[in-house]
Amino acid sequence: MNYSDFLYMRDELSLLIVILFLLVYDLIAGKKGMKYFQPVAIVAFAIHTAFNILPYAAGEAFGGMYLNSPMMSVVKTILNIGTLIVFLQAKHVFDMENQRNRRGEYYFLTLTTLLGMYYMISSGNFLLFYIGLEMASIPMATLAALDKEDNKSAEAGAKYILSAAFSSGIMLFGISYIYGTTGTMYFMDLPSLITANALQILAFVFFIVGLFFKISLVPFHLWTADVYEGSPTNVTAYLSVVSKGSAVFVLTVLLYKVFGNLIDQWQGILYGIIIVSITIANLFAIRQKNIKRFLAFSSISQAGYLVLATISGTAYGMTTLVYYVLVYIFSNLAAFGVISAIETRTKKLNISDYNGLYSTNPKLSFVMMLAMFSLGGIPPFAGFFSKFFIFSAAAEQGFYVLVLIAVINTIISLYYYLLVVRAMFIEKSDNPIPALKTDGYNRLSLVICTTGIMVAGILSFIMEKIGTYSFGM
Amino acid sequence: MNFLSIFVLIPVLMIIALFIARNRKQVLGVMVTGSTLLVIMAVYLTVSYITDRAAGATGPMLYTASMMWYEPLNIHYSVGVDGISVAMLCLSAIIVFTGTFTSWKMEPLTKEFFLWFCLLSIGVFGFFIATDLFTMFMFYEVALIPMFLLIGIWGSGRKEYSAMKLTLMLMGASAFLLVGILGIYFSSGATTMNILELVKIHIPVQQQYLFFVLTFFGFGVLGALFPFHTWSPDGHASAPTAVSMLHAGVLMKLGGYGAFRVSIYLMPEAAHDISWIFLIMTGIGVVYGAFSAIHQTDLKYINAYSSVSHCNLVLFAILMLNQTAMTGAVLQMLSHGLMTALFFALIGMIYGRTHTRLITEMGGLMKVMPFLGVSFVIGGLASLGLPGLSGFVAEMTIFFGAFEHPDMFHRVLTIASTMSIVITAVYILRMVGKFLYGPMQDKHHAALTDAVWYEKIAVVTLIAFIIAIGSLPLGLSDMIRSSLTDVIAQLVR
Repeated sequence: MNYSDFLYMRDELSLLIVILFLLVYDLIAGKKGMKYFQPVAIVAFAIHTAFNILPYAAGEAFGGMYLNSPMMSVVKTILNIGTLIVFLQAKHVFDMENQRNRRGEYYFLTLTTLLGMYYMISSGNFLLFYIGLEMASIPMATLAALDKEDNKSAEAGAKYILSAAFSSGIMLFGISYIYGTTGTMYFMDLPSLITANALQILAFVFFIVGLFFKISLVPFHLWTADVYEGSPTNVTAYLSVVSKGSAVFVLTVLLYKVFGNLIDQWQGILYGIIIVSITIANLFAIRQKNIKRFLAFSSISQAGYLVLATISGTAYGMTTLVYYVLVYIFSNLAAFGVISAIETRTKKLNISDYNGLYSTNPKLSFVMMLAMFSLGGIPPFAGFFSKFFIFSAAAEQGFYVLVLIAVINTIISLYYYLLVVRAMFIEKSDNPIPALKTDGYNRLSLVICTTGIMVAGILSFIMEKIGTYSFGM
Repeated sequence: MNFLSIFVLIPVLMIIALFIARNRKQVLGVMVTGSTLLVIMAVYLTVSYITDRAAGATGPMLYTASMMWYEPLNIHYSVGVDGISVAMLCLSAIIVFTGTFTSWKMEPLTKEFFLWFCLLSIGVFGFFIATDLFTMFMFYEVALIPMFLLIGIWGSGRKEYSAMKLTLMLMGASAFLLVGILGIYFSSGATTMNILELVKIHIPVQQQYLFFVLTFFGFGVLGALFPFHTWSPDGHASAPTAVSMLHAGVLMKLGGYGAFRVSIYLMPEAAHDISWIFLIMTGIGVVYGAFSAIHQTDLKYINAYSSVSHCNLVLFAILMLNQTAMTGAVLQMLSHGLMTALFFALIGMIYGRTHTRLITEMGGLMKVMPFLGVSFVIGGLASLGLPGLSGFVAEMTIFFGAFEHPDMFHRVLTIASTMSIVITAVYILRMVGKFLYGPMQDKHHAALTDAVWYEKIAVVTLIAFIIAIGSLPLGLSDMIRSSLTDVIAQLVR
């Protein structure tokens, strides 16, 4: 055992320090210190993000239990950026009556799930992977139920924990079969032992279905809309970008590195899943009235696009995936930033409440419009570029029909994104949301997101830089 | 930095300036300065293009420049122009210029209106200078999306429906285009998106068929390809004046230009073999559009259907695949762009005064507003192809070219489409007769005023160009014709 092995876990260790620091601060800070919890947490986490921004060398620790590669560091950094933006938007969580004195919990629970995702990403063994997964899920259920006096929030927590437990069960069943047929749980040893016999395919299917639950792909998506609607908006934002992005990346790494021999099987499975996810989620999204449910279905369909990058099995596919996650973080969090700003002041969450928003809140509507355009893939915003690259990655491997279906679906999705734009800019309302000023942190987050949406596509080096770290099968 | 990029840079700077602008006066100042600069640039480009060609500059495109953008896909920001793009750039600059003046009294949200207007023109100018498939596609989509808000916010009538229909149909068509572009890139064995390099690589014929259909359909829908033209009448009728002008005048030309630049240029064999499918569609479109225009009573609908007919004629001429007809197609794009912009501008001005667009509710307006009336008649005569005006030159060239095909199929189609000239005469003369001449339908109309200075600037500019093309077409058609040599060389390969 070499202690320098710990250095590979630089991201995890520094995050752990942040968590412990916030825990202690929560204990010792008096009423006055509590007031500054948000800035303290943001600064601490920003230091952590900056400290880990340069990818660390590739290597393994603890006999292959823990793996690190520069790409994984890049993904962790991207998740950090997402989490940082979420924290900037978090003020409204503490405006809830029952939250005034419990600021700390929100932060260290969120960061614990992030730590779980880190371990999930860097795991080199199914056991560590599973621990990471649970660490990411269980605090998440608590977060979903954070609003104690809201029945819907409690319901969301219960739904999340039940479906998480169920999917973990299915996944563990799959893992046990993989162990049974190969005799090992180490990712390094597995590829040569997986020979595509019937039992292994069965095990693989159970395992991957568990992951699909986490990513919430159709037909394993039924928990998503209710949980998204019930959770505090900030938690929903976190759930929809950070949690989803990490799960899809883990899926990609596992499919490439561990189940490479089953490529025919998983390409077939993904093919079907992508089509149903994108199409069904789009069709449901059209009919949503509540903006959080609407974004829930939109995020299911976006997850379908994310997996579209995976199906190619190439390094380029991974590049496009990670780039897509980055752009998705900016776009979706811009939308959630606006939603939480409006929800905090007015408690309004229906799309029809947004009618005439432009006349009273031009800046917020403008940001929301950019977010919708970026999500819908309209140039010159970043979403167009990320979608184009995803399609090119799949087309490169000859999935033309799939690409065509996906592209036509972007038109359907454009329809419902435009409905929001229409409500804000075109529809008139007798009783529009009054002009409101959102808090400084949220404004900063919206500035970051807007900048990201505007420049992440035009500046090509971001995507090319990601491309230098990515790896294929 | 290549000087062609200035065409994109000017609207970008205009957008930034508009953000800063504090009041209406400044907004208009920015718009007038910017669009005048664009016109000056366009004239300068034309002059220097013709002199450079005369001085012996060869190569399919001039002023080419290329900058690596996305390395993994070998995407470049690459620009270049030939005679056809020069003509299109001039047209766009003129329409943006006149569009600014026709929306002088735009209310409410003046600033926002011009913001979207400038974004639209970024897309248009960028599209015409781009020589890289990705860049081209990006600018194409940039030009589409502002339409949604422009129609939705400032439109009239069933504006929400029209805006949504237009956006979704055009975006839907661009989906096919996207797949076609990816297909050209990946399965042709080429590792470039640059059109000028792609053309040197012979795309396998079997694949050409698929890509030809995908790209031609993608661009064709924007060029109002029958039966996918239905977005156009609704969209144009609901849009505010300047947007109708820019959309019918320039944006629909993106379809024709793209079909020509991508589908025909890169897939010549497929164009030869399966152009007949699209020829039938466009042939029907030409006649159908003209017939539909007869039945309309709303001025904007009449002009919108007339646009459908004329734009189908552009595609029809392109698909004839010979030099004369294609020259005619480009001339028709120019001529129709100016003509339809003039029409929409005049309709907007008349509607602003009478508050109705139904010809049954108007009459005798020639006496009240002689300037607008005469301009309308000039536009009408250009549309029905009176010699001396631009429409005649264009349509004549097209039908001459089309008649060069000796076989039965082409002959029949050509003769059928020629009929559209007669039908055009019917609806134009009927329309002019109904609402400009005859007894006055509404007593209040007698008190209306004629055009004011900013309206006159727009109208006079457009008419001047229509007459210029009509009476001195040779320099222009030489410029276009010589640029077509390269395309024709591909076709007879």
